[in-house]
Amino acid sequence: MSRDLTPPSPTPHVAFYNDPKIRSTFYQVALLSAIAFLVYGAVTNAIENLARANIASGFGFWNNTAGFDISQSLIYYSSQASTYGRAFWVGLLNTLLVASLGIVFATVLGFIVGLSRLSKNWLLSKVAGGFVETIRNLPLLLQLLFWYNAVLKALPDIRDSIHIPGGAMINNRGLFLPRPEFLYGFELVPIALAVGVVAAIGFSVWARRRQARTGQQAPTAAVTLALVIGLPLAALALRGFPLEFSYPQAGRFNIAGGIEVLPEFAALLFGLSVYTAAFIAEVVRAGVLAVPHGQVEAAYSLGLQPRPTLRLVVVPQAMRVIIPPLTSQYLNLTKNSSLAVAIGYPDLVQVFTGTVLNQTGQAVEVVAITMMVYLVISLTTSLLMNIYNRRVALVER
Amino acid sequence: MTMSEGELAVAKIAFVRDSVIEPRKPPMAMTGPFAWIRERLLSSPFNVVLTILVGAFLGWVGYHLAHFMLLDAVWSGADRDACREEVQQRTIGACWPFVWERLNYFIYGSYPIPERWRVDVFFAMLAIGVVWLLSLNAPRRDLGAIYFFVLLPVTSFILLSGWDAVGLPNVDTSLWGGALVTIVVASVGIVVSLPLGILLALGRRSDMPAVRLVCIMFIEFVRGVPLVTVLFMASVMLPLFVPEELSPDKLVRALVGIALFASAYMAEVVRAGLQSMPKGQYEGAMAVGLGYWQMMRLIILPQALKVTIPNIVNTYIGLFKDTTLVFIVGIFDLLRTIEVARIDPKWATPVTSTTGYAVAAIFYLVFCYAMSRYARVTEERLARSDKR
Repeated sequence: MSRDLTPPSPTPHVAFYNDPKIRSTFYQVALLSAIAFLVYGAVTNAIENLARANIASGFGFWNNTAGFDISQSLIYYSSQASTYGRAFWVGLLNTLLVASLGIVFATVLGFIVGLSRLSKNWLLSKVAGGFVETIRNLPLLLQLLFWYNAVLKALPDIRDSIHIPGGAMINNRGLFLPRPEFLYGFELVPIALAVGVVAAIGFSVWARRRQARTGQQAPTAAVTLALVIGLPLAALALRGFPLEFSYPQAGRFNIAGGIEVLPEFAALLFGLSVYTAAFIAEVVRAGVLAVPHGQVEAAYSLGLQPRPTLRLVVVPQAMRVIIPPLTSQYLNLTKNSSLAVAIGYPDLVQVFTGTVLNQTGQAVEVVAITMMVYLVISLTTSLLMNIYNRRVALVER
Repeated sequence: MTMSEGELAVAKIAFVRDSVIEPRKPPMAMTGPFAWIRERLLSSPFNVVLTILVGAFLGWVGYHLAHFMLLDAVWSGADRDACREEVQQRTIGACWPFVWERLNYFIYGSYPIPERWRVDVFFAMLAIGVVWLLSLNAPRRDLGAIYFFVLLPVTSFILLSGWDAVGLPNVDTSLWGGALVTIVVASVGIVVSLPLGILLALGRRSDMPAVRLVCIMFIEFVRGVPLVTVLFMASVMLPLFVPEELSPDKLVRALVGIALFASAYMAEVVRAGLQSMPKGQYEGAMAVGLGYWQMMRLIILPQALKVTIPNIVNTYIGLFKDTTLVFIVGIFDLLRTIEVARIDPKWATPVTSTTGYAVAAIFYLVFCYAMSRYARVTEERLARSDKR
């Protein structure tokens, strides 16, 4: 039998306003009611102001005829027949087009510059460092205006177009590229390409399994190249090269044929890619430096050659560090593409928050829709990123 | 005296030296500038080609830059004829007389000429505040913080927009422009975003679910949308949400947008700093009986903010560059004044745009580079103090 030797200490008497639970409830209620009050005030003011300015509300404008032109659209659009809703999709697709191409170019350039900064060659690493410092310290808007107004708009006019070998032309109306025309029989080529890709994946899986089982290596790279490039080429030759190019022809005032790349698009794509590449270069450099040197030494001492060391030891560990900030740079690029509005490229913000907002006057709806689009893109990406991070995170004991 | 057998043996070995040879110098090819060049520029055939290519590229850029900015530049003249190739019969670089003539416009915008001393005083007061806060050895930096975050905003507001009671005539913000607006927007962003960002970061780590939810929603929302749309929202939606007679002017709306945007980014930077604090610091503070705000003010924030200084400055660099976006909602910042000036027919030449953009580039480059140097120096200093 045991017995408490000291009587239990009396419960301390705390005034109710000092009780942490009551306090925190009070703070939260106060915060939420303040927000509710602000929202209520904003909504009543908005209703009153809108009624006074005679502005309709709601999303009825979505199906009204737009009546303005858009200089570049990936889907069918005409100012007479298309609706504001159609204009929204045109703008969104233009944003996605410039963002996806920009991501590809920025990644390639960023990796080149980032690895150049780590080069043993002193001159190369200094030049890459200078590039990064300069580009990162200049506002993107200034760079876009420079490329658009000072470089592309200063090019010669149509009559004095600069001809690039291969049939392309460049002048102050844009860049004109040869357009490939697919003749009858070309459909075999994409089929061959698909077969080649599938076969290459199959071969590399088989080669890896065999190497794990027997230790024998297979020439995966050469076989992949042969399958992915050789098969379509063979198909092309088999059907007698059913492919022609229509070259842009300069008339007096206009250019006929070919693919036209607007100068606004070219300036935006170039500016965004260069700007983001400078940030990606820093991400890549930090990622490679984050792999401890002991990893390389350990790989060498196991007898790995420099190339497999890079491929099997350094790159996988560096990518773990690189990919999360890389994704946020991709998101930044997508959000920064909204600066298109300054140089007149018809992206989502320019078409929708610019022209549609001006015509309809429905600020609340238009701005809310635009923000929703970017928010959905951002949140989806960060969701995917969290899943990826969980997958590659180091599992510690 | 006879030698022992061992001593005799040693004495006989005449070919063993009894003095140390001076170390020889390493061969020429392994040290000094030659070795450095060999190692860092010419170590392999590939490297030789690389060095030549990069060197040629550098020379090409340098040649054109020097010619445009200095050698072919025009230094004086009255109008566009001084900078036209057809008139001058030579290659023309930058058109500097255009910049001299518009320099005051680039700095003050349309601020009334007799009142421009007020802008100069504002610049001087701001410079004092910045130097006081940033130099780590300055005396009484706590007073400096009060000066910068409380005194300076109030006095500059009175100084710039005017107050009849002290004899300063009103100057409408629509007349402000140029570097003045750029610096005002950046300073407001800097002054507001730090305290607001700290509050948001604390809220996001709070134990109260409602507070946490509100902070997370605000931060993620603002970080998920482009600044352009935030500025559009501030400039077209804000006037709808307040009673008509209180409708804020254009500059204030843009300032609200920039400040909110910068706060969300600052909150994430501060949160990273808070997360880097070991749990023992919180527990220690609570164990000595400090309340929440005392703990934050005396123990956590001073340490967390110190390690975050480089990131805070990097956020400020981003903010400074982002101020150019107020251009899009129709405010005359530096870039916009340059845009307006460069299309003026009086100076319309093929080189005017490039000259104007060069001025803007130098302005932003100087400010951003200074800030990033500061961040790096602070980082090194922190690393040194950590090492002990």
